[in-house]
Amino acid sequence: MAELGRICLLLALIVCVYGIGVSLYGARTGRLEFSDSGRRAVYALAIVLTVAFAVLELAFLRNDFAFNTVADTSSRTTPTFYRAAAVWSSQEGSLLLWAWLLSLWSSLALFLVRRRLRDVSAYATAILLGLGGFFIALMIFYASPFQTTTPKPAEGVGLDPLLRFPTMMIHPPMLYSGYTLCTIPLAFAAGALLARRVDADWIRATRRFAMAAWLFLGIGILLGARWSYSELGWGGYWGWDAVENASLMPWLTGTAFLHSLMIQEKRGMLKVWNVSLVLATGTLAIMGTFLVRSGILNSIHAFGGATLGVPFVVLIGVLIAGSIYLVVSRREMLRSEHRLDSLLSRESIFLANNLVLVALCFVIFWGTYFPLISEAFTGNEASVGPPWFDRYTVPLALMLVLLSGIGPVIAWRRATLANARRNFVVPLACGALTALGLLAAGVTQKPLALAMFCCAAFVFGSVGQEFVRGARARRAMAGGAPPAALLGLVRRNRRRYGGYVVHVGIAVLFVGVAASSSFQHAVEQRLTPGSSARVGAYTVRYVRPTAAITPKNDTAHTGSTLDVGAVLDVSKGGRHVATLRPSQGFYDSGEPAQGTVGHLIGGQAVSHISMNGGLTRDVWTAIAPDISTPALQRIVSVGNRTLPADEAGVAIGVLAREYLKNPPPAQFHFIVSPLVMWIWIGGLIVFGGGLIAIWPTPSAVRRRVALRSRARASHGLARA
Amino acid sequence: MELLAVLLACVLVAVVLAIVGAPLRAARDREMAGEDVDSDTDPEHQAAYVRAELEAAREAKYLEIRDAELDLRTGKLSRADYEAVDGVLRAEALELLNRLQALDSGEGAEGGGDRGEGAGGAAMPGRPQPARERLSNPEVED
Amino acid sequence: MRLVVALSAAVVLASALIYTSFSAASPALTPSQLLREAQPGRSYQLTGKVAAGTVHHVGEGLDFSVADRAGGAAIPVAYTGTVPDPFREGREVIVTVRKQDGRYVGERDSLITKCPSKYKTAPAVEKQNY
Repeated sequence: MAELGRICLLLALIVCVYGIGVSLYGARTGRLEFSDSGRRAVYALAIVLTVAFAVLELAFLRNDFAFNTVADTSSRTTPTFYRAAAVWSSQEGSLLLWAWLLSLWSSLALFLVRRRLRDVSAYATAILLGLGGFFIALMIFYASPFQTTTPKPAEGVGLDPLLRFPTMMIHPPMLYSGYTLCTIPLAFAAGALLARRVDADWIRATRRFAMAAWLFLGIGILLGARWSYSELGWGGYWGWDAVENASLMPWLTGTAFLHSLMIQEKRGMLKVWNVSLVLATGTLAIMGTFLVRSGILNSIHAFGGATLGVPFVVLIGVLIAGSIYLVVSRREMLRSEHRLDSLLSRESIFLANNLVLVALCFVIFWGTYFPLISEAFTGNEASVGPPWFDRYTVPLALMLVLLSGIGPVIAWRRATLANARRNFVVPLACGALTALGLLAAGVTQKPLALAMFCCAAFVFGSVGQEFVRGARARRAMAGGAPPAALLGLVRRNRRRYGGYVVHVGIAVLFVGVAASSSFQHAVEQRLTPGSSARVGAYTVRYVRPTAAITPKNDTAHTGSTLDVGAVLDVSKGGRHVATLRPSQGFYDSGEPAQGTVGHLIGGQAVSHISMNGGLTRDVWTAIAPDISTPALQRIVSVGNRTLPADEAGVAIGVLAREYLKNPPPAQFHFIVSPLVMWIWIGGLIVFGGGLIAIWPTPSAVRRRVALRSRARASHGLARA
Repeated sequence: MELLAVLLACVLVAVVLAIVGAPLRAARDREMAGEDVDSDTDPEHQAAYVRAELEAAREAKYLEIRDAELDLRTGKLSRADYEAVDGVLRAEALELLNRLQALDSGEGAEGGGDRGEGAGGAAMPGRPQPARERLSNPEVED
Repeated sequence: MRLVVALSAAVVLASALIYTSFSAASPALTPSQLLREAQPGRSYQLTGKVAAGTVHHVGEGLDFSVADRAGGAAIPVAYTGTVPDPFREGREVIVTVRKQDGRYVGERDSLITKCPSKYKTAPAVEKQNY
């Protein structure tokens, strides 16, 4: 079946080349049948890539180890779910996933605009097919998922144990959907510039795709952070690592775009800014995809030599150069129609928000690519660490949250100063009360966190006020009980109130971040059974060790050979809070050089952390047990010498029993983080708000509104 | 396996050709039947772009009018300021409606236009709406 | 006019940023480079492979030696802090070190281990609390 896969890739490339040619021809000559054929080429591409993906997926599910990727990342003992998801754990498979998702989302986008924007979408089709073709060419010439070896290996290497977590397997499809969705507004923006039609219709079409990209990307980022926190052994959710930053940057510019888009919609301003933001978002998304695979930056995710580096650099160069050329050559067309009416207007707050977001993006960009920059200027590759990032992003984040509370209170176009002053009373009071309350409670040492809490309170007050007043206004107009009024209000003003919900979510998220970073208690200690450690207000006692051998054919577990851990008793003020069982799993390395027994536990060691989560705090524990003591090592070496391969497991059992009998001191890591749960809750709120904002209004409401507005418009004229 | 793969590949190629070739074949059939080839440079398509632009601008303008009213009702604008803004927005909206109407009447003479969403301002007597050109607007904002 | 103000502000901020990044950054060096160029008191990002047979737990910390990717000179590092899951002999690591009294001391929680698989895996960087 690998031949089918290879044929699919080749066919896909041909379809891309054909589609590009025919779309451009249709765009230049205006002949619709060619543009239509180009659009359909995208549909065809989606079908072909679906078949290719299915071939690969089936190979994984059937354990067809003739496929190199299957042999490299899966094995007979890998549970089915992880086998299915292992498709995208390799370079080749992930490229296929990217191309496939691009074809799917592009098909959807082009289908939705098939009757409008024909000239723009012809160019957009060519660009999207160009990107797709690039990835497909990469697969055909550099990293094919359908390479096979004969004779077929009997068993595969297995999935890296660090990836055997559900969150981690959903993270790439989400993130890639975000990245590929970012390229759609890019394609339409470039198309609009090429067709010289950057107008209201373009905005209307682009807005939803930009929102969808923003949503998926945000979910992908949050999932990555959640995985890092709840599954990995370091207990953090964000490390300013190059790849984390790479996914955050397009999200920031995307957020800026969603705001400044509204200014262009209303006032015909900021056209150059908007197209630049869209082009930047798409380019940053491609750069994010590239960073993981290129080895240019010294990060954990860098893959030693730059196998795919050169083609990607060329692509990004083309994107940047092309974007600059398009914007500069069309600048006449992109002149603003109006100017800002007043500084005291929602438009100017949005402008400020844009500046902060772009500044954030720039800071992160600079810090992430600094090793390259410093190498270019000084010849030395140097990098900046989290403290540098924190120093600049924290004040900017504070400004962002503050602005998100100011915006809802200011009217569009030109706000009435007296009203604005009055409207700030409640939010300011909330902020002030929070400040006083926290200071009175003794929270004085962390001014930045304090500032964030006050800003968040400000946002809650501001948005809460908006909901209350809005519901009240609706009741005055249409009657009904308060809950119904609230619902009706949101239904008929989804963009505004969906946006408000997102602001609340962001504020909640930052409260969680501020609290869990500033007021965290972390302790690393070596403990023997029976001894305890103090972490903040909690006491953690090492009750007894645990050691378990996982059976060979366990489909539910992650498949470690030996799992060594501890039972911990967590208490606060003498009262029992939780019993936690962190452990570390030792996996098979498959290297015979380590001996028949040695290799069984000589592979990856993965922390299984144990956590007690709560609304006010998380108690997080991890253990790094020591199985390299002389006594335990002796068991391994004796087993290596005396036991045949199929009985080697016996030695592991002996080792486990010995560990339980004479447990050596183990290294523990305890962290008590306040309010971490609110980061995830905040993320869910953001997601909900985003859904509200993106949801189309039911047509009945739309027609009523349109007719009523129209009636009023002509009524107004009759009056005038 | 080999045979199955080849077979599936052939099916795939056929499907792709069918999908991609359909508009080309349809256009060729129309040409042979002597009908006009549909081109984007046709005035009716250009008018459709102008219409789409105007409609999008109109929807955005409606949204602005409603936003201004909501701003008033939630206490962000004084009545005086609201009247001023509302007047300006209504005037702009009316201009858009007039331009849409002009487009409709210009097209009405040719008889091959697109439907309007209930047409702006004064309703036009029922015009035939070719199903082919029925514009649905899933993206219209509230 | 507003544009000029905004641009100037941006330039000022950018300069501050750029300046601090150059001074706050730690250069990345391989063990052989470090042996040649290290100055006491400055921090460096030491990159290389964990040399076989050199990993020992010492009290609360970890001692190990880092060698050039191609083999050769190995530098012993005294490290305290979180040890990432993928850490083991033969793996590529990055650790921030400082030369003190002829010894190389690893900065707390600064150990990063490159994951062997070709694709995404864990960032094991410790976040500094503020």
